[in-house]
Amino acid sequence: MATPPAPAVKLPALKPASRTGDHDPGQVKIAVDGLSFFYGEKRALHDISIRIHPNLVTAFIGPSGCGKSTFLRTLNRMNDIVPGARVEGKVRIDGDDIYADAVDPVALRRRVGMVFQKSNPFPKSIFENVAYGLRINGMARDRAELTGRVEESLRQAALWDEVKDRLHESALAMSGGQQQRLCIARALAVRPDILLMDEPASALDPIATQRIEELVYDLKKSYTIVIVTHNMQQAARVSDYTAFFWLGKLVEYDRTDKMFTAPAEKLTEDYVTGRFG
Amino acid sequence: MTRDARRKLLSRLFVGACALAVLLALIPLAFVLFFVVSQGIQALSVTFFTHMPVPVGETGGGMLNSIVGTLILTGLAAAMAIPIGVISGIYMSEYPGTRFTSAVRFAADTLNGVPSIVIGVFAYGVAVLPFKQFSALAGGLALGIMMIPIIARTTEELLLLVPGAMREGALALGATRARAVFTVIVPSALPGIITGVVLALARVAGETAPLLFTSFNNRFFTSHLTQPISSITVQVFTYAISPYEDWHRQAWAGALVLVTFVLVCSLLARFATARVARLRGQ
Repeated sequence: MATPPAPAVKLPALKPASRTGDHDPGQVKIAVDGLSFFYGEKRALHDISIRIHPNLVTAFIGPSGCGKSTFLRTLNRMNDIVPGARVEGKVRIDGDDIYADAVDPVALRRRVGMVFQKSNPFPKSIFENVAYGLRINGMARDRAELTGRVEESLRQAALWDEVKDRLHESALAMSGGQQQRLCIARALAVRPDILLMDEPASALDPIATQRIEELVYDLKKSYTIVIVTHNMQQAARVSDYTAFFWLGKLVEYDRTDKMFTAPAEKLTEDYVTGRFG
Repeated sequence: MTRDARRKLLSRLFVGACALAVLLALIPLAFVLFFVVSQGIQALSVTFFTHMPVPVGETGGGMLNSIVGTLILTGLAAAMAIPIGVISGIYMSEYPGTRFTSAVRFAADTLNGVPSIVIGVFAYGVAVLPFKQFSALAGGLALGIMMIPIIARTTEELLLLVPGAMREGALALGATRARAVFTVIVPSALPGIITGVVLALARVAGETAPLLFTSFNNRFFTSHLTQPISSITVQVFTYAISPYEDWHRQAWAGALVLVTFVLVCSLLARFATARVARLRGQ
């Protein structure tokens, strides 16, 4: 895996090491340098630089409207569909600039899967939901391969045992937690490298939330996971690295244990101890 | 009377007034249905659906040619209007902010409000005069033009109701925009679109004015699209203004068939919606 060169951006005021995660000697999966994001005139992200490591879970935390979801969505170019959206700076995945002219966002999103805050199964059967990505991308040669990959994905999402007898029933008849795991299975079916999760458990009850968290823990063996969460306990439980966003800026980024016990920034400390937000 | 009791009384009065207004609105409908059914049922028999009209003076006979004619005319209209209407609806919902879409939407709303006789005149001008021939095709064209704006606007409204999360879900799996529209967004709105199409069909099946000088009428059975063709509505009109008792009875029966057709369409639409909703687990 190619390791991109160190960022050539100015990181004023805050400590560079704590801002970008450069202190980590490990490999880099996603390298972001000087990224700013605009909704029309409004600037939603300010000069963000970060290194995200493979096969680990990175959590984005911060109060509502701090830009953590917007930042997540720049990583698979989902923001492209927002009218008036504009990105400055560089995002490289495995060393390739994903905003280069030659990059097809459709192909990119196949590599960088996404799970949304509100589960959004299609009004189709459970089977067809998982098969959807395989079908549109022509990833299964025949029916047997399709069925095999649907089963494999449902197993990975820890859903197979619950749904194997009703694969052809409507996905919308499932419980909220099952729907969300179905959306994870659907994202895994196209075999992405990276899985972006935008508050995947915020609409679920504690038991369903726990299942999602266990799943995230299992999945990091095979995937690089970035998870946005409102819930600080959740970030502390599931993630290896945590990034704290505030007012569209990346305040601090470090190992999760350090972020929650000995953050370098006063702002981070105030947030993780619940003094604001 | 206490303040509270006065408020309760006033509230009851208003609810009562609303109920009365609903009742008043329903009375004409009840009368129309009552007369159409009570008068129409007398002349209605199997013969009415299987036999051709008989000459004045003979009793009995049916409207086979008109029933088949109406089916052919609405079929032609549907074949023309469903693809154009649905695709225009998709376009308008996909590009909602553009000036072209506003123009199309305005044109559709205007077309929807054009009196049907004017649409008949237009079809007469473009599909009857040049060929010097009344035809089923001209009638189908007139009805089709009336259906397009209804279908286009319904489709647009229903597609705009599909949650953006559906689109995002499909795009996040590597679907192109067109793929997302045709494999996820349109299917999500399909029950509603089908309902809209069926209701549009029911609406144009009851039209008389645009057919008067396009498909005209035909005493004989025909399925030739280039020939004048009979339709229930025009036949009812012809019979109703005639001086013969027998024909008046036939007109009532025709009216009953039309009303039943519209009712069946509405029921079908509801049934389709409910069925798809069940499939989707709602």
